[in-house]
Amino acid sequence: MSTAMIWWTIAGVAVTTVAIKAFGPVVMGGRVLPPRFAGVIVLTAPAVLAALVATSVFADGDHLAVGASTVGVGAGAIVSWRKGSPMIAVLVAAAVTALLRAVS
Amino acid sequence: MPVLDSSDPRASFREGLKVGIPFSVAAGLVSLSFGVVARDVGFSAWAAIIMSLIVFAGSAQFASVAILAGGGNPVAAIAAASLMNSRFLPMGAALAPSLPGGRWKRAAQGQAVVDASWAVAARPDGSFDRWKLFGTTAPQFLMWQLGTIAGAFGGDLVGDLDRLGLDAIYPAFFVAILIPELHDRDRVGVALAGAAIALALVSFTPAGVPILVASTAALWGLRRRAA
Repeated sequence: MSTAMIWWTIAGVAVTTVAIKAFGPVVMGGRVLPPRFAGVIVLTAPAVLAALVATSVFADGDHLAVGASTVGVGAGAIVSWRKGSPMIAVLVAAAVTALLRAVS
Repeated sequence: MPVLDSSDPRASFREGLKVGIPFSVAAGLVSLSFGVVARDVGFSAWAAIIMSLIVFAGSAQFASVAILAGGGNPVAAIAAASLMNSRFLPMGAALAPSLPGGRWKRAAQGQAVVDASWAVAARPDGSFDRWKLFGTTAPQFLMWQLGTIAGAFGGDLVGDLDRLGLDAIYPAFFVAILIPELHDRDRVGVALAGAAIALALVSFTPAGVPILVASTAALWGLRRRAA
């Protein structure tokens, strides 16, 4: 890919990200969220985060795949579940993944 | 306009810092892997660094770089990034009533939203402690830049990403944000549903679409009785 493509992409992603992050605050500012919507909003985080996790752990691009990193992320998940710091969880995930790859 | 700052914004900010610092170290490792991946794919070190500075959104950055790496064009890359970012639409909408000021000030404050900060700043009544959000984001922003710099310039030293298990860092980071969110059965159910929906779609929809459709699992919230 060319340098131009890279810089156009960076510019486009930057502009759209700023706009998306600004949109809710600008458009919905000054209004009170109806309680029903509030109930949906608070559930958005678990839904989206879980989807992000699932697609990065159990899929490789456009097909389902499991591997060393699946186990590594599982190990990190245990750290998080046991209320370990995110820093440790991430390091454990990387270390377990690296170890599995080194011995297999 | 009901603005719901806590009685001690400075204390809120400091609370945010406390929560944000461990996340920021993890964020620095994620951005380090971004720096390495971007270089691998053909970005200059400066391109990677500037992208982290002006985008500051991990999933968008990784998604767009992946599209370019796979031979996609900038439009496809930007579209994929926007789909990843689309979750910030409802998140920003939820935050809006807790932000003071006019349009521009609210737009600027909205830039501080990242997943961990938004989740941490949410109060049970649906309002947000914006100073806690700012405090949680600040160290993550800093480490995001430092990590990218380290990855972009030190990538050759790091060598093979896979060998070091760095590809596990990004999902593990999001797991670390997700798990504290799962404090009742409704949320666990919604999370499982979101994961299942995304996985079902991943083989035949473009990058980002699985995440966007998975967010509809949150509509379960319409059926909930008042919490």
